Amino acid sequence: MSHSEHHTERNSLAGSIESKVDVKAQKCYQCGKCSAGCPVADDMDLPPSVVMRLLQTEQPDNDDRILRSHSIWLCVTCEMCLSRCPMEIDIPSMMDYLRQRSRSEKKVNKKARNIIAFHKSFLNSIRFTGRLYELGLILDYKRQSLNLTQDISLAPKMISRGKLHLFPTMIKGTAHIARIFKKTSN
Amino acid sequence: MKFGIYPGCSLTGSARDYNESVFALAEAFELEFTQIPDWNCCGATAAHNLNKELSLALPARILALAEKNGLDEIIVPCAACYSRLVVTQHELKKDPELKNRISEVIEMDYKGTSRILNVIEWIDKYIIPQLDAKIVNQFRYKVACYYGCLLVRPNKVLNYDRAEDPQTMDIVMTKLGATPIDYPYKTECCGAGFSISRTDIVSKLSGKIIEDAEHRGADAIIVACPMCHSNLDMRRPDINKYWKTEYNIPVIFVTQAIGQ
Repeated sequence: MSHSEHHTERNSLAGSIESKVDVKAQKCYQCGKCSAGCPVADDMDLPPSVVMRLLQTEQPDNDDRILRSHSIWLCVTCEMCLSRCPMEIDIPSMMDYLRQRSRSEKKVNKKARNIIAFHKSFLNSIRFTGRLYELGLILDYKRQSLNLTQDISLAPKMISRGKLHLFPTMIKGTAHIARIFKKTSN
Repeated sequence: MKFGIYPGCSLTGSARDYNESVFALAEAFELEFTQIPDWNCCGATAAHNLNKELSLALPARILALAEKNGLDEIIVPCAACYSRLVVTQHELKKDPELKNRISEVIEMDYKGTSRILNVIEWIDKYIIPQLDAKIVNQFRYKVACYYGCLLVRPNKVLNYDRAEDPQTMDIVMTKLGATPIDYPYKTECCGAGFSISRTDIVSKLSGKIIEDAEHRGADAIIVACPMCHSNLDMRRPDINKYWKTEYNIPVIFVTQAIGQ
């Protein structure tokens, strides 16, 4: 087996990231600029530069730590890390991939429950109407997260300013949108 | 000149003030818009967090509808939608196989030929040349131009302004008579899509931006993104509670500042 074949077949998380999103973790030389500029690094269990280092080890237990981390869900995709990385490593695209792997392997960190509930409610809203129905999103999120009283005082103010509609707008192509959701369901 | 507009969901609801000011400007400057017929949501953060293919298919449908209706140039006032549309165009351009797959998913031809403009590019191209003739009141205030993330990053994909210390909005505001301040939070994140699910993070991050702008004596923060606006403005009570402060600096859309 040649050296390059060995690399394409390796089954570590770093290997999958390389083949699926074309991001090479081995390029990172730990300068730490990503973690220094990351707006949510202080809330993270694994700051981005630590995720990079763990990936480089290609050890199953380290891969597992990453997929179970809170960090991958706290990443807000602000793109600061990529814009400052001297090696131009696309950490935000890698984070998207890690979130999807974490869900498919059922390794989602419990602390990320509300963040995921929000994303799911958001997609549910557009799946049926084609556009975001903000009130529907809020109610569905409350149902999923059980944060029933959150922002309760905000809604009347928004409604009176015409910023929160009581009813959804349905686009003509709702069936088209439903097919797009179906064909991309993973 | 006729061009397309993709308002995006926020502009029909929580950011209706942004929508109204964009349309009012277009009318005042005799610029005609055609809304992309039957447009859908771009998928925003939720789609790219949970499902990559969906996050490309939703914007691709919007772009394909624009192409079908002969709208070669489209303005996207929401910075988050702007980012999703430009990133999709970029991803599908660099991977023809993916482009075919997405075209199959959306059951539409997709060429990827639309020119996508953010609100500042649109102002710069169509409003600034006529500004002197139309200006009634100069906007004589000290302003903090806040670009946030998605108007400038990823900079190699958007290819728009400098990633650190961008200038385009500052130049527009200067032409209106304002004095933009120099401050380091221009492109720091406001907390983005965490407004509801992690309000504490939004309060923390947005509070830092507001504190610095106030501290440097700005009269207003100028934005070009509905998500930044709602985090810096609608979340102000949460921000003041989090930081135990009473910040009251107003946050206004760049289009409102021009129409003022």
